[in-house]
Amino acid sequence: MSPRQFTALKSGLFLLCLVPLANLVYGLIADTLGANPIEVLTRGLGDWTLRFLLITLAVTPLRRLSGLGWLLRLRRLLGLYTFFYALLHFASYVWLDQFFDWAEIGKDIVKRPFITVGFASLLLLLPLAATSTNAMMKRLGGRRWQVLHRAVYAIGIFAVLHFWWMVKKDITEPATYAVVLALLLGMRLYWALRSGPGRHGVGVS
Amino acid sequence: MLIQRLTDILSSEITAPEIYRGRREFMRAAGTLALAGGLGLQVADAAAGVKLAGTRPGPYGTSEELTPYKDVTTYNNFYEFGTDKADPAVNAGSLNPRPWTVRVDGLVNRPGQYDIDALLKLASLEDRIYRMRCVEGWSMVVPWVGYPLNELIRRVEPLGSAKYVEFTTLNDRARMPGLRSPVLDWPYTEGLRLDEARHPLTLLAVGLYGETLPNQNGAPVRIVVPWKYGFKSAKSIVRIRFVEHRPISSWERAAPREYGFYSNVNPEVDHPRWSQSRERRIGEFRKRKTLMFNGYGEQVARMYTNLDMRRYY
Ligand code: HEM
Repeated sequence: MSPRQFTALKSGLFLLCLVPLANLVYGLIADTLGANPIEVLTRGLGDWTLRFLLITLAVTPLRRLSGLGWLLRLRRLLGLYTFFYALLHFASYVWLDQFFDWAEIGKDIVKRPFITVGFASLLLLLPLAATSTNAMMKRLGGRRWQVLHRAVYAIGIFAVLHFWWMVKKDITEPATYAVVLALLLGMRLYWALRSGPGRHGVGVS
Repeated sequence: MLIQRLTDILSSEITAPEIYRGRREFMRAAGTLALAGGLGLQVADAAAGVKLAGTRPGPYGTSEELTPYKDVTTYNNFYEFGTDKADPAVNAGSLNPRPWTVRVDGLVNRPGQYDIDALLKLASLEDRIYRMRCVEGWSMVVPWVGYPLNELIRRVEPLGSAKYVEFTTLNDRARMPGLRSPVLDWPYTEGLRLDEARHPLTLLAVGLYGETLPNQNGAPVRIVVPWKYGFKSAKSIVRIRFVEHRPISSWERAAPREYGFYSNVNPEVDHPRWSQSRERRIGEFRKRKTLMFNGYGEQVARMYTNLDMRRYY
């Protein structure tokens, strides 16, 4: 792929990632989100956070399976969108669900396991977003950067748990995400084990 | 007691403008019915509800703004038609609420099968505007049509040994696609203590907004217990059984730590996974404080003076 083609691809992807948000905002304005639009908004943003997280996690295996090296260069964009949607999801909880009642929010984080793990995923995303620049990558050094960014596996597990513990009874959706996550992490584990203990970790990120 | 009844009726008359506002919706519905009649449609075929004639304002009204008809009929928890709250409005067309019979049995002197048309004529129909609080943290104000469940209960003459009442929802896969998924232990059952079931607030509802119940709201007949979380109000019931021992209801069986038998609306006792102190009234932006017994404490609190509400949530 030529640099120009890649730039076009990346710009297209950048815009595409905004479509879910635009859709929700349009729904709010046009009043097409049903009887409880705020719930649809908060949940929609949560759904898309999780989806972007899984899409980000799919980049490495896809590249390995397809051999398309440039896929890796889209990973940062997708990871940052994950963080962006997580922030919006959190903001909609803080504003539209709790109306900035910080005492109540603190209590929720401590008392409700599903909120605790959701919050843990958000906290873990912070250092990953902060170290996503080239300069930070250099400063940390590739090896340490890679180790730090393995936190994304924990984020994935917490995020699925967050959804699983939230639903009232019908676990179809969180179970579906859990299967996808297990596949994405399982492939890494398989490759890591196969490449032998001596080379442990290389190519795992 | 008598004096209290009188003030209740009086206060509902003060809320007449609210009822009036609802009536304008009724007129719209009446128009639909006239059209349906003109086309020679049968009651069972009419997609929209059919106007219920001769209802009178009932007690315990609230002057709060009614939740719009559209929201009341498109945002429903009725797992027999799917677990998403938009599902029932889409899937409940297959319910076919007529013909319909309700079996009333168990510890009573006069058990029987009640045809829906007989039930509709059993007592005079009242308009009852109630708050409805879902265990999930949202609420509505719904103008129901029905009469106190006790009208039926006293006719069947419960025996002294009857302490509880169990309600069973229809369990027919051909008419309820959601039953194919084992999310709950079907059929859906719910229960009340006999005194709760006989309380004048407890309604045998056959309509809302002046029309017969839409399928997704529990056609053709359901229970409404306004001081308890919504799932206690069983929909599309086919059986009312009087029993001696406390029945275990579907949600209680599914998650006993989360959904107790009583499930009285209580802002001080949280659901294990979320707070119950506030609620989002459908149509409002800010959340509002949840009221003890959903605001019906004056009528019902005395039934629970000896009950530890933390233990018996
Ligand atoms: C990486 C971080 C997070 C991810 C991936 C995530 C994902 C999700 C998902 C998938 C849902 C369910 C949506 C649905 O029902 O369709 C959800 C719901 C929810 N999340 Fe998160 N979440 C994250 C962080 C947080 C944080 C930090 C909070 C608050 C402190 C939070 C609060 C909530 C709440 C309150 C709901 C339920 C919304 C409702 O019932 O209306 N989440 N989240």
